[in-house]
Amino acid sequence: MYPDPRVARFITENFIPARVHVREQPADFQRFGDRYQAHWTPTILELGPDGTEQHRVEGFLEAEDLLAQLELGLGHAAFKAKRWADAERHFREVVDRYPESDAAAEALYWAGVSRYRATGDPSALAETAAAFGKQYTDSTWAKKASIWKA
Amino acid sequence: MEINWRRDIDQVLEDARAQQKPVLLDFSAAPM
Repeated sequence: MYPDPRVARFITENFIPARVHVREQPADFQRFGDRYQAHWTPTILELGPDGTEQHRVEGFLEAEDLLAQLELGLGHAAFKAKRWADAERHFREVVDRYPESDAAAEALYWAGVSRYRATGDPSALAETAAAFGKQYTDSTWAKKASIWKA
Repeated sequence: MEINWRRDIDQVLEDARAQQKPVLLDFSAAPM
C-alpha cells in the first residue's frame, strides 16, 4: 500500500510519518503498543498534535481503501475539534473520491452530521437520510441515518 | 515519492506539538 505514490503523497502532505517496527524496534513497539493499545500489525494511528489518537486503521488495505480511511480520519479529527466545515470537507472528499471504499458510507453519514452541527439546520440530516436511499442502502450507516427521514 | 519514516517517536511527538501537525504512527512488520 505504501509504494503507491498517491498514498505516499497523502501521508507526506498531511502528517509527520513515524514507524515502530515489531522486529527492528522491539522496545519501542512494546512501549508505544502498550500506550496506544496497538498489538497487531499493521496498525496505523492518526494522532493529533497533542499525541491523542484520532483514528485507527487495523489490518492491510489496498491503496484506495487506505486513502479513504486516512481522509476519513482527518474528518474525524476535525469533527472532534469542532471544526465542522473542515470535517464536512474531509468526509465529502471520501464519498466523492473513493465512493467504492468501505469508508464511504460512514463518511456520508458524518458529512451530514457535520453540516448539521455547522448550520443547525435539520434538513442536513434529512438530506443525508435521503442520500442513503440511493447509495449504501444496505450499510449500517444507512440504518443509523434512517431515523432522520423527513 | 518515498515516505521519510521517522523512528524517534518521542521526538516526533514533541515536534508534532510544536508544529501543531498530526502524526501518522505505523506499527509495522513490513520487510525493511
